[in-house]
Amino acid sequence: MSEKIKLGRPAGFFDVFERRPGAIKKNMHYCPGCGHGVLHKLIAEAIADLGITHRVVLAAPVGCAVFAYYYFKCRSIQCAHGRAPAVATGLTRSNPDDVIISYQGDGDLASIGFNHILQAANRGENMTVFFVNNAIYGMTGGQMAPTTLPGQKTQTSPLGRDVLETGYPIRVCEMISQFDAPVYVERCALTSFKNIMAARRAVRKALQNSMDKKGFSLVEFLSGCPVNLKMNAHDMSEFIETKMTKFFPLGVYLDRAAEREPIVRAEMNYDADKIKSLLYPEEIQSELGDYKCSSPVFDKECRVKISGFGGQGVLSLGYILAILGKQRNFNVSWLPSYGPEMRGGTANCSVVFSKSHIGSPEAAENCDMLVCMNQPSVEKFLPILKAGGVLVYDSSTVKLPEGAAKDHYVYGLPASDLANHLGDLRAANTVMLGAIAAVMADNFLDDADKANLDTAMIEAVREMFAKKAKAADINIEAYKTGKEKIEFKSVPKA
Amino acid sequence: METKPKKTFRCDIAFDECKGCSRCVEACPRSLLKLGDAINMMGFPAAVYAGEGCIGCGACYYSCPEPGAITIVEITED
Amino acid sequence: MNRTNRVLLKGNEAAVYGALLAGCECYFGYPITPASEIAHASARLFPAMGRVFIQAECEIASINMVMGASAAGKRVMTASSGLGISLKQEGVSYIATAELPCVIVDVMRGGPGLGNISPEQADYNQVVKGGGHGGYRCIVLSPGSVQEMCDLTMLAFDLADKYRTPVYVLTDGMIGQMMEKLELPEPRPRRMPPAWSLDRNVSADNWISSIYMDPVDLEETNRRLNRKYDEIREKEQLVEEFMMDDAEYAFVAYGIASRMARSAVDELRKQGVKIGLVRPKTLFPFPENALRKAVKNGVKQFFSVEMSNGQMIDDVRLAIECARPVALINRMGGNVPTVEEIVNRTMDVIKGGK
Repeated sequence: MSEKIKLGRPAGFFDVFERRPGAIKKNMHYCPGCGHGVLHKLIAEAIADLGITHRVVLAAPVGCAVFAYYYFKCRSIQCAHGRAPAVATGLTRSNPDDVIISYQGDGDLASIGFNHILQAANRGENMTVFFVNNAIYGMTGGQMAPTTLPGQKTQTSPLGRDVLETGYPIRVCEMISQFDAPVYVERCALTSFKNIMAARRAVRKALQNSMDKKGFSLVEFLSGCPVNLKMNAHDMSEFIETKMTKFFPLGVYLDRAAEREPIVRAEMNYDADKIKSLLYPEEIQSELGDYKCSSPVFDKECRVKISGFGGQGVLSLGYILAILGKQRNFNVSWLPSYGPEMRGGTANCSVVFSKSHIGSPEAAENCDMLVCMNQPSVEKFLPILKAGGVLVYDSSTVKLPEGAAKDHYVYGLPASDLANHLGDLRAANTVMLGAIAAVMADNFLDDADKANLDTAMIEAVREMFAKKAKAADINIEAYKTGKEKIEFKSVPKA
Repeated sequence: METKPKKTFRCDIAFDECKGCSRCVEACPRSLLKLGDAINMMGFPAAVYAGEGCIGCGACYYSCPEPGAITIVEITED
Repeated sequence: MNRTNRVLLKGNEAAVYGALLAGCECYFGYPITPASEIAHASARLFPAMGRVFIQAECEIASINMVMGASAAGKRVMTASSGLGISLKQEGVSYIATAELPCVIVDVMRGGPGLGNISPEQADYNQVVKGGGHGGYRCIVLSPGSVQEMCDLTMLAFDLADKYRTPVYVLTDGMIGQMMEKLELPEPRPRRMPPAWSLDRNVSADNWISSIYMDPVDLEETNRRLNRKYDEIREKEQLVEEFMMDDAEYAFVAYGIASRMARSAVDELRKQGVKIGLVRPKTLFPFPENALRKAVKNGVKQFFSVEMSNGQMIDDVRLAIECARPVALINRMGGNVPTVEEIVNRTMDVIKGGK
């Protein structure tokens, strides 16, 4: 005569629950008759039988299963209330070969964390969700759950759930199965032997999907909470099978695992050269070598404000000046206007050059140069142009008011019209750049810097249009036009 | 003609690991389980097995929420 | 073709470059102005290296994805601004308590409430003082330039690993949006999954949790965390001092406000005022040593220059144990103080003698 154990303590559990505080080390913390225990056993048995204890990471919820990591012989993490699907997303994306289990109760999944489960399902994250629906909050002591039945009495629905006040039970399987991404959704009941065996098959099927990287699987378990519902084992099963299943019919809601290809995630690349080729730009050889501008104007901050309509290339014009500053070894800052203002149709940016420290990157006061490409800009920014500063404006779009800018050097040119004649209105900003170059030569630069100004500017334009040679040519043409066509209007009156 | 070795089953209940919920009592198709009179170290009346008649179906085992309270043993007679 | 490490970037982009150079493997975030360029650059650059980018469904999801990835043994980052950071705080508390490393970039905007999208510094209290529930702290770095957005983000990953704690890079809309030239550092070698992580190659059954039901255990956890914070206070204070050698007055300012303060130092020095600047590069730990040294060296009046309602000023007072008066020079609501404002306000205080 010989004996063998046909069914015993599943190998997916630790032999002794050392992580559980207190004297009891062989049992779990659940109340007598709790469905969590039944499901834990099915999972522990399955991960051992499937040979995946080394591949499983369990994300445990807040709720009665908060201590699930005491029990399972696998890696595990305890998550914030309702957030397990988000944590599980981080886990599966990090290590796609792992089998991730998000174990959640009804309050956790269908109330405080509902968005997370829907979004994880909709992304088709490769994970298995085991959802325990016992129609009540267990750990906090019997409050109403999103799945509490109409008329069911709980601590927070003492007269019974009133659907006019609190709505109806939320049907999770029905909702999740509407998405395109999930592969498998089934609702089971942890009641009769027959139903438990169906749940056992569902547990294994879901885990197999995760092992095969088929994507998102969710199994809902109608489960007993005999202590909070104040029922014995018999009444508990009857409640689930007669009352709960009316709202939560059992069955397979979705199964497209067979036709779904495994998810293939990219391998992370750690090659230093690859990172450098991604982040470090190609070096543009300058004819000027490592030339440093010598004009004293740059010894302190030189502030430029550029303003106009969105789409006129106002930000790009500032950006070209910033490139110039970078190439010529200045400290340089460029600050765009951003947000709703930008999206509302106007745009401006500040460029500050200095060979020493740059304080504010915002040209908010004492500007040295103001470039206006539309009428509102003149009104808005002329007050910040310092006395003796330079105004350059696009005379195609701006009519300078009588008596305006009397304390400033004023230049104008029909930049938009000129760009239009060149065949590309978008080049109005580089026409303006040419004007700026001429103005800089007139007002700011010493002879050495003047001598190679065109080379420097053209190199900055080429860097701006590094991958677009044709655009670079048009814009260089525009630059030359602007530099040539600039008109000197007036000097400070004082 | 070879005769198949005769198999019988036994339901072992770990006295101190049972919480007395009676799910197994409900589940056994042959009504071989009941809650006993003795109170275990956790304070529960543990289930007891009638002693014979187990068919090894596993209904009690899978209904039991405790990891190791129930063990089904298969006995093969030579 | 030769490549150059000299580039022009927005502050927000520089944080992403720094993250990738530091070996960051995952980015999770939700769009919010003025931090969105961090998500934009991450969406473009992370997948190019086979790294993870996910636009999460919300701020709460993104910080919990961060928790999952950090637990999985990856270097991971998220970014947001003001109200988004408020939403993340629950997750940050979990991460700090579970002692997981991660980097969070906060590009501050105007508050409170929906506020506006202009730069402010009023997340100081919610970031520097912990912010979420329970007694945890996070290391907080405060870049003052685009170069430092890159450099301090890299440092943030190292400190996060060294102390197993969340590290903030606390910056503002202006530094985030502005472009400056910077020199990109060399990429770091891969950081392998740590022994405590849930990487399958390091452990079969590691677990990560922040629940300690026994008050004795939780108290000990608190004490352990606080010993760590004490060590951080002792070892990790970073500061830049400008014109402090002979200073009788000192500005204390971080981030964008420090740049205006530094210009104000130049201006006031021209007027004969012996003033300097102490610029905290770490806000937790607050650079107490530098401030105490300033007191010892003869500073008789401090000015907390901040774009908030007097938040950092408390730390200045505490650092010098109220040994000297500290005046507040501040703007709020998305306004940036001008150099002129700072100079005038400083002179008012100096002339008023208080």
